[in-house]
Amino acid sequence: MSRTIRIRKGADIRLKGRPTAAVVDAPKSAVYAIQPTDFHGVTPKMEAKPGDRLQAGDVLFRDKNKPRVAYLSPVSGVLKEVVRGEKRRILAVEIEADGADGFRSFPVLDPARASREQILEALLEGGMFPFIEQRPFAVPADPSDRPRAVYISGFSSAPLAPDMSVVLAGRLGAFQAGVTALAKLAGPGGVQLGVRPGDDTYSGIEGATATAFDGPHPAGNVGVQIHWTQPINKGEVVWTVHPEDVVAMGHLLTQGEYRMDRVVAAGGSEHPAPGHYRVRLGARMDALMGGASYSDRVRVVSGDVLTGTEVHPGGYLGAQHHQMAMLPEGKEPKFLLTEGWLSPGLDKFSLSRAFPTWLLPKSKEYTLDTNNNGEHRAFVVTGQYEPVFPFEILPVHLVKSILANDIDGMERLGIYEVAPEDFALCEYACTSKMELQHIVREGLDMLQTELG
Amino acid sequence: MKALHQLLDRVRPNFQEGGKLSRFWVVFDALETFAFTPGHVTHKGTHVRDGIDLKRTMFMVIVALIPALLFGTWNQGHQYLLSIGEITTADPLTYRILEKLGIGAWKVLPLVVVSYGVGLGIEFWFAGIRKHAINEGFLVSGMLIPLVMPVDVPLWMVALATAFAVVIAKEVFGGTGMNIVNVALTARAFLFFAYPKQMSGEIWIHNVGASKVDGMLVDGYTGATALGELAGTVGKSASDPAVVATMAQFEPGGMFSWANAFFGTIPGSIGETSSLAILIGAAILIWTGIGSWRIMLSFLLGGLGMAFLFNLAAANAYMTLPPLHQVVLGGFMFGMVFMATDPVTAAQTDLGKWIYGFLGGALSILIRVVNPAYPEGVMMAILFMNVVAPLIDHYVVQGNVRRREKRWLSAQQQVAS
Repeated sequence: MSRTIRIRKGADIRLKGRPTAAVVDAPKSAVYAIQPTDFHGVTPKMEAKPGDRLQAGDVLFRDKNKPRVAYLSPVSGVLKEVVRGEKRRILAVEIEADGADGFRSFPVLDPARASREQILEALLEGGMFPFIEQRPFAVPADPSDRPRAVYISGFSSAPLAPDMSVVLAGRLGAFQAGVTALAKLAGPGGVQLGVRPGDDTYSGIEGATATAFDGPHPAGNVGVQIHWTQPINKGEVVWTVHPEDVVAMGHLLTQGEYRMDRVVAAGGSEHPAPGHYRVRLGARMDALMGGASYSDRVRVVSGDVLTGTEVHPGGYLGAQHHQMAMLPEGKEPKFLLTEGWLSPGLDKFSLSRAFPTWLLPKSKEYTLDTNNNGEHRAFVVTGQYEPVFPFEILPVHLVKSILANDIDGMERLGIYEVAPEDFALCEYACTSKMELQHIVREGLDMLQTELG
Repeated sequence: MKALHQLLDRVRPNFQEGGKLSRFWVVFDALETFAFTPGHVTHKGTHVRDGIDLKRTMFMVIVALIPALLFGTWNQGHQYLLSIGEITTADPLTYRILEKLGIGAWKVLPLVVVSYGVGLGIEFWFAGIRKHAINEGFLVSGMLIPLVMPVDVPLWMVALATAFAVVIAKEVFGGTGMNIVNVALTARAFLFFAYPKQMSGEIWIHNVGASKVDGMLVDGYTGATALGELAGTVGKSASDPAVVATMAQFEPGGMFSWANAFFGTIPGSIGETSSLAILIGAAILIWTGIGSWRIMLSFLLGGLGMAFLFNLAAANAYMTLPPLHQVVLGGFMFGMVFMATDPVTAAQTDLGKWIYGFLGGALSILIRVVNPAYPEGVMMAILFMNVVAPLIDHYVVQGNVRRREKRWLSAQQQVAS
C-alpha cells in the first residue's frame, strides 16, 4: 500500500470546457518547430543547417554550456528555417515535415540490465535530457549530476488538466521501461511517483515508490510532492520528469526510436471540441484547436492557464506542455456595477470571499477571461497566498527577498524548493496583481548566476 | 454604459501627454478606472486572474464601517438632546430619531467631507508628482478619521491632522502599502499631542460648552467620556465619595453601564461608542475574509486578560472594572476591528498576528489604566504595535528559517554517518 499525503491548501479553479476522455488524432502539421525558449537557460548551438534532410531523432542543436545535451528533430523532413529574434537569439527551429515519418535508429538497450553509464549515454544521445528538469532552479538537468531522487508526478491537478489514464493508455509498457531506466540514474531516493488516491493507472508499475496525494491543485505539482515526501535541502539536486516523457524514454531505449508523441488535453470555454488530441512534439497549435481559427477575441494558451504561454497565430505547442486552452480575451473595459469591482460577481471565480463564489454550488463551472481584473498595486492585503501555497515556506517573505535582491534571504527562506509554477495560484489570488511567477523566475536566475 | 465609455474615450486625448489638461491625467485616470475596470489583459504568468482587486477590498471595509457611522451619527444627536434635557434616558431610543440623525449628520458630514477632501487632494497631488495611479488606501482612512474624532473638533484641526497623517505617515514612505503606522491613528495622535487642550474637555458632546454657559445643560452633566471619568478616579481612595459616585455610573442603570456601553448610547468619538455596531462590522470583515480574525480575537483576549490581571491586583477603583466592561469602553472595540487589522501596518505572518493582536489588546488596557494622562490607550497601543510588528514578524520568519536549517543539518549528518 502506498502512503497517502493529504494536501489541504490550494484551490481548484473550475473552468468551463473540460476536455472529454475521447482521444482524437490531430491533423498533421506541415511544419514542426523546436523552440529553445521552452527550455529555460539554454543557449543553442546549431548543428543542422537550413536545407538539411533530417530523420526524427537527428540533432538540431546542442546546449552551448552542456554540449552533451542534444535537442533532436521530432519529425522527418527538411530544416526550413532558424527563426531569430532580437540580438539574433534563436526563437524556433522549423522543420518542414515530409510525411514519411522516418526515424533515425538508436541502439536498443534492456534498461533492467544496462549500466548507469549506458543508460545515461543513450538518453543523452537520444535527446531525452532536455525533458528532464532539475530542482533547484527548475531548469533542464545537468547530466553530470547524480540526483538524490527522480520525481514523476503521475497526475496533473491544474485547471483543464489531462487525464493521465487517457494519456498513457496503451503506453504503460514503455512507461515501465522508462521508470526502470530512471531508477538507474537516481541516487538513494530512487524514483518517486506521485499518484491520485484510488487511481489504478500505475498499479502495475515496479521500481518506483508510489505516494498518493489527495487534495486540490497544486497537489499535482511535482514541487509540492517533493516538499511533502523529502524536501530539497541546500546542495541537493533532484530531477523531475513528466510521465509522457518517461514513456518516450522507454520507447527510445527499447525500440530505438525518438518518438515524441503527445496526448494533449485541449479545453477552455472557447474551444469548439474539448478533448485529448494526439500530436507530435513541436506541432503547430492550430492542430489542437478543433477547427477553430485564431481571433483577437480568443486567447490561445499552450500549457495550463495558470502557467502556460500565450500563442500567436502560426505558433507552436510548447515543448514542455501537455495541455492547451482557449479562453475569451478580456480587452473590454468592465463597468463597475455590471461587471466591475462593485458587481455582484456571480460569474467571477474568486478565492476571496468578497465575491460570492464560495456560496455557490461547487459543481458550477466558470468562464474566465484574460482581463487582469484590476490594476497593479503595492502589497496591501496579507494572508492571501498562504491558503493556496502548500509549502512550509513563507511566500510573501520569499517574494520580498527576491524583490530586494537578497540572495542570502532567498536561500534561507527556501527558494531551492520552489519553481515559478508553485506560485501560480498565489498569483491568481493576488489582490495587488503581482507577477509572482516572473519574480520567482528572476530570483532563481539571480541565485543560479550567483552560484556560478 | 457604452455611451459613458465612448464619452471617456472622446475626452481622453485632452488629458493625455500634450493635451490641454494633461496635468489632471491622474484625476481622469482615477475616475475612469473607478467606473471601468480597465481592459488590461494578462501576458506574463497566469492567463486568468481572480476578480478581487484593491477597490473591492477597500469597499468591503467601507461597508463594514457603515453600522458604526450610522449609529455614531444618531448618537451625536441623542447625546446632544440628552445634555440639554430635551429627552431623558427613559425615552425610547427611537424617540425623535430623525431629529437626532439630523443633528448628527449636521456635525458628522462636514468632518467626512473635510477628511476626504484634504486626504484625497493630497493623494492626487502626490500621484501627479510621482506619476502613479491613485491608490485606494485613503478610501478607508478617509472614513476612519472622522469616526475617531470627537464631535465638536474644529474642522481646521481635522484638515490639519489629515494632511499631517497622509503626508508624514504615508506619502513619505511611498504611499499605500508602504506605510509603517496606521494613517487614521496618526491623525488622531497628531491632534492628541499637538492640541491637548482643545482635544480634552468639552468637545465630546455637541455644543456642551455653550449649553453650559447658556444654562441649558442638565444639572450634573459634565459631558466627559467614560474613560475621562475613570481617569479622574486614579490616585484617590476607592472609598472617596467622588470615586464612589463615579463608579456608580458603571453599575447597571448608571450612565456607563455595560448595556449602555455595549449599545453605545454614551458620549465618545463618533464611531467608537457602539460595540454592537462595530461587531456587526467585524462580522462583515471576518465573513468576507478581509479583516484578520486572528488579530481581532487575540486583541480581545489580550484586553480581557490584562483587565483580569488588574481585577486581581485591584489597587484602585479603576482596576476593579470587570474585563468585559473594560473592552466595551473607549476606542477598544473600534481599534480592535478597524485599526489593528490594517494589513499594511499589522504583523503579516499568521503566528505574528496572534502575538501582535494579543500584545496590542493587553497594552491598550495597561496604558489606559496605569497612565490616566492617556485615557485613549488603544491609540497608543496600536501605534506602538505598528512599530513593533516588523520585529514580531522577523522572529516568526527566523523560526521558519531555523526549521529549514535544522533539516539541512540532519540531512548532512545522515550523509556523514
